[in-house]
Amino acid sequence: MDHPLIEIQELECVRDHTPLFSSLSFKVEAGTITQIGGENGSGKTSLLRILTGLAPAESGQVLWRGEPIHKKRADYADALTFIGHLPGIKAQLSPLENLRCLAPSADKPDYFHALAEVGLRGYEDSPCYTLSAGQKRRVALARLYLEQRQVWILDEPFTAIDKKGVEKLEALLVSHAEKGGVVILTTHHELKLGAATFQQVLLGRPKAPSADYEH
Amino acid sequence: MSTKNLEQSTSKEVLVPDTEFVARAPISEGRAFMRLLRRDLLASLRYRNDWVNPLFFLLMVVTLFPLGISPDPKTLTMIAPGVLWIAALLSTLLAVDSLFLQDFEDGTLEQLLLAPSSLYLMVVAKVFAHWLVTGLPVALLAPILSIMLNLSGEGLWVLMLTLLLGTPTLALISAIGAALTVGISRGGMLVSLIALPLHVPVLILGTGAVQAVSEGFAYSAHLSLMMAMLALAVVLAPFAIAASLRISLGG
Repeated sequence: MDHPLIEIQELECVRDHTPLFSSLSFKVEAGTITQIGGENGSGKTSLLRILTGLAPAESGQVLWRGEPIHKKRADYADALTFIGHLPGIKAQLSPLENLRCLAPSADKPDYFHALAEVGLRGYEDSPCYTLSAGQKRRVALARLYLEQRQVWILDEPFTAIDKKGVEKLEALLVSHAEKGGVVILTTHHELKLGAATFQQVLLGRPKAPSADYEH
Repeated sequence: MSTKNLEQSTSKEVLVPDTEFVARAPISEGRAFMRLLRRDLLASLRYRNDWVNPLFFLLMVVTLFPLGISPDPKTLTMIAPGVLWIAALLSTLLAVDSLFLQDFEDGTLEQLLLAPSSLYLMVVAKVFAHWLVTGLPVALLAPILSIMLNLSGEGLWVLMLTLLLGTPTLALISAIGAALTVGISRGGMLVSLIALPLHVPVLILGTGAVQAVSEGFAYSAHLSLMMAMLALAVVLAPFAIAASLRISLGG
């Protein structure tokens, strides 16, 4: 591969006339975990939304295998699993019904397997409004077992997840990276990732003294 | 440069081969369409407000008009098509608010935009499911209600036919407004402002057809025009809806 899997070039983000970050550049190679750090309001979620292509950047671009993501929308969509702030779960429906629509390419046994993996065995058919916040997030996380996509972009995936669940999720992220996948996530949680190749991108307050970025 | 970036690598230069992720057999667009249609229908049927409110609204309007204007059968026959059509149009506008709003709030809308399936087809599935739940019952109930307004004979069936042709057009047009305003809190009034002018031709043709029948004229021209509008709306509106959704979620 000549190009890094994902390359962020001179990204600038402005929200409600407030500059959040500018001249942000970094590369994400296959087989790595990237943690986006920074204080509340530093633009972590905005950055992730730009990386998925949901939101446009003020300037700069995101390259997927060397080409801007908006030109390669279909290819990129095939390779991307995004789990955002909102879990994307319909409260009236059961976990199984939700997953059947969120990850339509899987087969029926896969759904049961994935739900068992996230600790929701026995909840397959209960409506999601009866589930706790953590369980709802687990329904969303079950997609990680269902879709064999290379790029995972996760916004605060550990929110509302209990200790055991966090350990399991960390192990899943590491094994995904070891298989050549890419994980980009925001979290305030200290990651214990063992051997996986790990990089951190810190978003600072715009007025903070700047340090030059080096590759 | 105003950003502070830090990069660190715990284990440097561990080169992991860029293994191709085995994509599962790519899902056919038809299957994704059916899955979304099914999900939306299920969600609407379980959330009763979605389909009960438009019907209840229609029932209220049709019951109150004879009390408010005149119980005289001749007057009622005259106003029947207009009353039913206006009630159907307003109930469409009332219902369309919920089309994208819930999806926006629970995050399923952003997942829809990121899904590999064509957004055009997904939008068609969403609007179709919405129409099946809110528009179709209105069109089917209309003949029964029009008996209350002393409309009978052929007019009754023509009314139903115009509603069957007109309500999907109304739903598609309103959906553009709903998609444009989904990111805005309390966008309900805006949807009406955007969509209402475009609803007027449908309304005129719909009531015109029923009036033509009751006066003994041909109504096929009205129906043909309504079909043409529906065809245009089905083909073009999803593009506008899809583009509006991308804009709304990008903000």
